Amino acid sequence: MTGNYPALLVTVPLLAAFVIYGCSWLHKRSCLFMALLGLTIPFAISVALLKKVLINGHISYHLGGWDPPWGIAYELDPINAIVLVAVTTVALVNLIATSKEIETRFSDRRGAFYALYLLFVVGLLGIVATGDLFNLYVLLEIASITGYSLIAMGDPARAPLSSLNYVFMGTIGACFYLLGVGYIYIMTGSLNMADVHALLPPLYHSSAIVVAFIFCLVGVMIKMGFFPLHSWLPNAYTYVPSPAASLIAPLMTKVMAYVMIRLMISVFSPKFVFSSIAASNAVVWLACLAIVMGALMALAQRDVRRMLTYIIVSEIGYIVGGAWIGNATAMSGAVLHIINDVLMTFCVFLSLGAIARSTKGYQIENFSGLFKKIPVTMATFVVSGLSIIGIPPTCGFFSKWYLILGAIEGGHYGFIVVLLLSSLINIILFFRIFEEAFFVYPKTNAVHTEGEASIAIAETPFVTLIPLVLTAILLIFTGIYSGSLIALIIKPVVSAGLL
Amino acid sequence: METIHSIRPLLAILASLFAIPLIVGFSRRPAMREFWTFAAAGSKFLIIVSMLPLVLTGRRVTCTIFEIIPGVPLQLTVDTLGLLFALVSSSLWILTSIYSVGYMRGLGEHSQTRYFCFFAVALSATIGVAFSANLLTLYIFYEILSLATYPLVTHHQDEEARSSGRRYLAYILGSSIGLFLPAMLISYHLAGTLTFSASGFLGASISRKVLMILLIMFVFGAAKAAVMPLHAWLPAAMVAPTPVSALLHAVAVVKVGVFVIIRIITGVFGVNLLKSLSLTTPVIVLACITILCGSLIALSQDNLKRLLAYSTISQLSYIVLGVSLLSQRGLTGAFIHIPMHAFGKITLFFCAGAIFVATGKKNISEMKGLGRQMPITMAAFFIASLSIIGLPPCGGFLSKWNLVLGSIEAHRPLVLVVLLVSSLLNAGYFMPVVYKAFFFKTESAVAGVKEAPLCCLIPLCLTAIFSIIFLFYPQPFYELISHALKCIIGAGV
Repeated sequence: MTGNYPALLVTVPLLAAFVIYGCSWLHKRSCLFMALLGLTIPFAISVALLKKVLINGHISYHLGGWDPPWGIAYELDPINAIVLVAVTTVALVNLIATSKEIETRFSDRRGAFYALYLLFVVGLLGIVATGDLFNLYVLLEIASITGYSLIAMGDPARAPLSSLNYVFMGTIGACFYLLGVGYIYIMTGSLNMADVHALLPPLYHSSAIVVAFIFCLVGVMIKMGFFPLHSWLPNAYTYVPSPAASLIAPLMTKVMAYVMIRLMISVFSPKFVFSSIAASNAVVWLACLAIVMGALMALAQRDVRRMLTYIIVSEIGYIVGGAWIGNATAMSGAVLHIINDVLMTFCVFLSLGAIARSTKGYQIENFSGLFKKIPVTMATFVVSGLSIIGIPPTCGFFSKWYLILGAIEGGHYGFIVVLLLSSLINIILFFRIFEEAFFVYPKTNAVHTEGEASIAIAETPFVTLIPLVLTAILLIFTGIYSGSLIALIIKPVVSAGLL
Repeated sequence: METIHSIRPLLAILASLFAIPLIVGFSRRPAMREFWTFAAAGSKFLIIVSMLPLVLTGRRVTCTIFEIIPGVPLQLTVDTLGLLFALVSSSLWILTSIYSVGYMRGLGEHSQTRYFCFFAVALSATIGVAFSANLLTLYIFYEILSLATYPLVTHHQDEEARSSGRRYLAYILGSSIGLFLPAMLISYHLAGTLTFSASGFLGASISRKVLMILLIMFVFGAAKAAVMPLHAWLPAAMVAPTPVSALLHAVAVVKVGVFVIIRIITGVFGVNLLKSLSLTTPVIVLACITILCGSLIALSQDNLKRLLAYSTISQLSYIVLGVSLLSQRGLTGAFIHIPMHAFGKITLFFCAGAIFVATGKKNISEMKGLGRQMPITMAAFFIASLSIIGLPPCGGFLSKWNLVLGSIEAHRPLVLVVLLVSSLLNAGYFMPVVYKAFFFKTESAVAGVKEAPLCCLIPLCLTAIFSIIFLFYPQPFYELISHALKCIIGAGV
């Protein structure tokens, strides 16, 4: 049983998705329970796998007993094990926290929603765990198509169009990736990552391999919304229904960023990426541009959700820049930032979803007086905001620390300046909202008296509030324990591949 | 030096954090809520005092929480200097709490629970800075303090508070993220460690140019020290309720700023390295400019709290100046100025607040003849201003005396001139206030006014009395400082 964990990780939610959809015809009430079950089991498995990987090291699981390079293998190292844990945690916690909203909002379509939700998670888990290039493409399409559908379930006026836009861009991205994989297959005759990694070195100077790498990279970059290929992202993430927003926004882009790092380290090699094609400087400068443009465009938004989507564009720039600086410190920072950014984006979107209960919209003006009305929910929003700014001891500070340190080691001063600048802009972005929520009072509350009962506290229900508070606390704990995260999980993998 | 492992420094930090749930829980019963504030303040003070005998016998109390970044643990160390600062701020927190109760109730302020909570967080962070064993730990507490003070500064939640809050954040967070953080990262990259050591951890192998840039980045990065031109947040922060201005903007926050600079100079660079390369000259120049300009601007202020803010800006640079003189007397003067200025300035702020509670007046021009209505307050004001000017019979005389000697010792006659001119300027802006209060005819607007409530009056009398006592009984401070100097100067010689 324990030996089959990697397979069960993906198959349990996959089966659950179909069972739920069937079940929604018979007994609607049980859907939520089964969805919870279908995510709790992978969560437990991913934790067990992480533990196992940390004790025994690398796990290679051959699906159906077919040995690679013919069969599909799942490869687990500490980094993707922790990314798996992050994915399952976010999916499970988000489901619990938003269950109430899902049940009321999609009462007649809840079977479809839960099924898509679980399939999306299946796709992501597979992408992270797989050791096969083509299998990755298949799972990428599962995650993308379910993602498009979830987005299309949002606001009927705007969501379908933005989903369609995402479909176009996403398909182009997937095509690029598939073309790249095709080239690799033609040149090496293999699709297994480890096998390709071993076969490639003599072919590094072949222009077909360079093109293959660039195609794969472009495909992945479209999917992760790397500036200037991000145009699908803001609309898609703005109009997605909020229970899906806090699932898709933190996970999809970050998982794709992980795929990029995986391609750079385990399929190709750092030697190829940083020496054979001397593009690292150019990509880091592009990342700088992504960070600055993301921050500036976020500054131009009055809609908080839209602002956050541009912040994601900027954060993706952090990860890409860190990965391409090309030393172990910056790469560790990039990997740490993937995990941290999953958590903080999740926290910020989840709290925004909870806040939206008490506001009429997502405009900054709608936030006025919220610190009085929903103090605890706002506190979690503040914590996630501070983490995105990079204030210690929240986790965002520590990934920024390694990224800047790596940039100093690599002598990439432009990246340092841009990172600091983006922190400063983030201060403005978030304090604009905090100010609105703190200072602007409805007229009735002008009297300065002890007690002030004029704004009644109308806190978020506990089923949402408790996961939210726990996530906010987790942001601080991940920050404080980032040292062990780096030492135990990230450093061994990164330094084996780099320098 | 013997090192003792103990969780007492951690407890000292946590004492006020533990009180927060209790303060929130009793938000509907003000008496209980304030009781918990006092309990936190008292226990914090006692924990800090309990470490005094250990530290005075030449031992060091350390508490390593865990490794947060390779080679840089989250670590607390209590040395004499940190203890001196912690003692001053925690003892004054007790008095400020008493004063807060009187002031906030006297004015019927809103959201008092929030006020007391963030005050407790701010004090935790202050003690954290005092006890930090390395630059990263210090930075973490420094940022927590910046953010915990924001809701206190903007307590009134009106348009003025909003714009002042913006200015406050722009200066404090902007400088710490824009200058302090990169300087810290560059130091870590160069030295591989961030732990303070008596001879500094930035070795002489680093080029002079880099060291100079780092020093300037650190000094400006700690914008809480209000070295010009990064001082404008302090007058803006005066929109806060007076107890906040008193404790945070005369003692805790601004002293954290200068304390950081002290740590940078004595723990990061090391006095001997700076002396051998004579790197501190630009800092001395900046401090002198700040001293003179701060005093000059204070001369033209009519709002009493703004006057005090500019006076604080100039007085803080005394400390920066004293440290950067790098001589034994200069350092002594700088260190002793921490308690002396704290007690003097907090008295002045308490007086300003008491006047506001009793009369509602903020401007000096409206305080004519107030000395007859509020004799105790104005007498305390007079004593405290003598201390700030540096005249006997007040403690401020000692710091000025040492600073003047330090400037002679360091062969910098111009600094001596600056210090003396500044004393005259200090007298120039404080004495008219006292003079108007006692010798002008009482204005009709303040004719029927009585002293502020006892809760306001007692703390300000106590701090004024302490200001006098310190001149005649400065031994405890001198003992702590001589220990600190032994480490700082003795280490490399």
